[in-house]
Amino acid sequence: MLAFIIRRLLQAIVVMLTVALIAFTLFRFVGDPVNQMVGIETSAEERAQLRQDLGLNDPVVFQFVRFIGNAARLNFGSSYQFKTPVIDLIADRLPATLELAFVSALFSLLVGIPMGVYTALHQRSILSNVFLAASLIGISLPTFLIGILLIFLFPVTLHILPSFGRGDVVHIGFWSTGLLTASGLKALVLPAVTLGLFQMTLIMRLVRGEMLEVLRTDYIKFARARGLSDRAVNFGHALKNTLVPVMTIAGLQLGSIIAFALITESVFQWPGMGLLFLRAVQNVDIPIMSAYLLLVALIFVIINLTVDLLYAVVDPRIRIDARTA
Amino acid sequence: MTEPVLSVRDLKVEFPTRRGILTAVDGVSFDIAPGEILGVVGESGAGKSITGTAIIGLIEPPGRIAAGEVMLRGLRIDALSGEAMRKIRGKRIGMVFQDPLTSLNPLYRIGEQLIETITTHLNLSGAQARTRALELLAEVGIPAPETRIDNYPHQFSGGMRQRVVLALALAAEPELVIADEPTTALDVSVQAQIIALLKRLCRQHGAAVMLITHDMGVIAETADRVAVMYAGRIVEVGPVRDVITAPLHPYTKGLMGSIPSLTGETDRLTQIPGSMPRLTAIPSGCAFHPRCPRAFVPCPTFRPELQNEAKSQVACWLYQPFPVTAGALP
Ligand SMILES: Nc1ncnc2c1ncn2[C@@H]1O[C@H](COP(=O)(O)OP(=O)(O)O)[C@@H](O)[C@H]1O
Ligand SMILES: [Mg+2]
Repeated sequence: MLAFIIRRLLQAIVVMLTVALIAFTLFRFVGDPVNQMVGIETSAEERAQLRQDLGLNDPVVFQFVRFIGNAARLNFGSSYQFKTPVIDLIADRLPATLELAFVSALFSLLVGIPMGVYTALHQRSILSNVFLAASLIGISLPTFLIGILLIFLFPVTLHILPSFGRGDVVHIGFWSTGLLTASGLKALVLPAVTLGLFQMTLIMRLVRGEMLEVLRTDYIKFARARGLSDRAVNFGHALKNTLVPVMTIAGLQLGSIIAFALITESVFQWPGMGLLFLRAVQNVDIPIMSAYLLLVALIFVIINLTVDLLYAVVDPRIRIDARTA
Repeated sequence: MTEPVLSVRDLKVEFPTRRGILTAVDGVSFDIAPGEILGVVGESGAGKSITGTAIIGLIEPPGRIAAGEVMLRGLRIDALSGEAMRKIRGKRIGMVFQDPLTSLNPLYRIGEQLIETITTHLNLSGAQARTRALELLAEVGIPAPETRIDNYPHQFSGGMRQRVVLALALAAEPELVIADEPTTALDVSVQAQIIALLKRLCRQHGAAVMLITHDMGVIAETADRVAVMYAGRIVEVGPVRDVITAPLHPYTKGLMGSIPSLTGETDRLTQIPGSMPRLTAIPSGCAFHPRCPRAFVPCPTFRPELQNEAKSQVACWLYQPFPVTAGALP
């Protein structure tokens, strides 16, 4: 098990270094950092001094190592637009994005899994066909369109639920949460549904496919032949075996939810990291862009690692293999 | 004669498909007496597994039992409600499938699977069920049951897993065990052990056995009677000695030819030419007639029924007067 964890950790480090290289390249070679920081009237000597101070004359390898060292200490430099440390900007926006992503993921799992199980167990029922047809729409409509449709339907036509922003937030330490106020919760509904809808349909189809596969296996047939109740067979045996692979995909989906939050955040003017990143792109604010890149990669890697470990906990075959490996 | 444990009458199993209705089992009748081991043999696709699956009530829809009846000690079970049938499965009829590697759920310890089966059918507490599970494991020859009970299926070899499957099938003391090719997927070296174990356990527990296999050697050593299936029908059924030493049906003779050690003859080693018909194209009359070396006038037209012949029953026009109707003859 320890060897398994170490192997996974090493892989994670390689991934992070690769992303760091990309972020560094972006930072160092897209545009000139010095030109971004100074005004028109700054003299050539001052510019040369700044270049020296920033270490931009050092060999590139040194600069990369320094970049990694700074990143590890969460020092991403200052934003070109706001002139404040990037890390402060991100820390300010992170809770909004994570809460949105978390609630979306919860929504997609809590709705998607039961729908998938239902459609697998009642293949021929009308409701199953309705679910499947609806899921096709969910998969084929782009996120921003769903968001705009929802805004049109609820805030604009029915005058319920806000169409933008995060509502009132409560500060707990550095964390700002919208989960504790009525307006915060209301504001969360539409963005969370918009962001989670695609994942929900994906999870529903995945669960349905896996479950149908599992229901055809010999051990399910044998479980029935042993006289176990339908409940025990369907939920005790089939569902558990279905959820093992589903868990992996769902975990990876959480990563992409955070990444895709970008679009939803811009549709609903949700004050998260995605919105910050989009503004940074418009203003060529490279430090924010590279920090965002690193952060999203880090979240992906952490989720991946957690899923791998969970997987090993749930599936005894992997646990044993890992122990002997 | 005592009442049979299982009595199957004119069983017919159909699968509706896009190309029409396939009849996988067509008018099968047989009895199994208490404690008896009935061997069921036939080439792959003959309908052996479907017959067993129909008896235990697990034919997958849209497949269905289209006609006939299945009686378990006089109780008709083919038309029972789902819940009533579920109470019979595992409790009164146990089943063992071909592949022990895939019969156990990989995510549960074998103890959990045993205990859940025991508590489903017997009114025992968790602790009592565990004790019973340990007894069963010891009985099927799992060494050190106290530690092995908490292992997962993948920690057992194929032979050991099939022992666990046997323990599961016998957990609630069924009157009948249906074993569908229980050793086909195993190493040759452990096949004989598992068959011997199956035979001994069923004798000890007084369970009758329907032993499905295509291995005549296994039948010869294990079964009391044997039924030979071809294209969804039983063509011959009788005491195992008679069927093996003096087969009646030309198909049975061909099958016996493939085990020279038992018949002592070497010149009949030739396999039966041709292969079993597909369900979509079952020949008229006797389904075996296109491959039969002794087919004659009535065979392509009239379907023979099982008739008594010596100590066996055989469905073949060689042993019964055939109907002569002018229009049917060429
Ligand atoms: N679900 C199904 N749909 C259609 N045909 C089936 C189905 N299951 C089995 N069959 C057919 O029924 C016939 C008998 O199968 P089976 O009982 O498994 O044969 P065997 O004697 O080898 O055990 C085969 O021809 C098989 O193709
Ligand atoms: Mg079979």
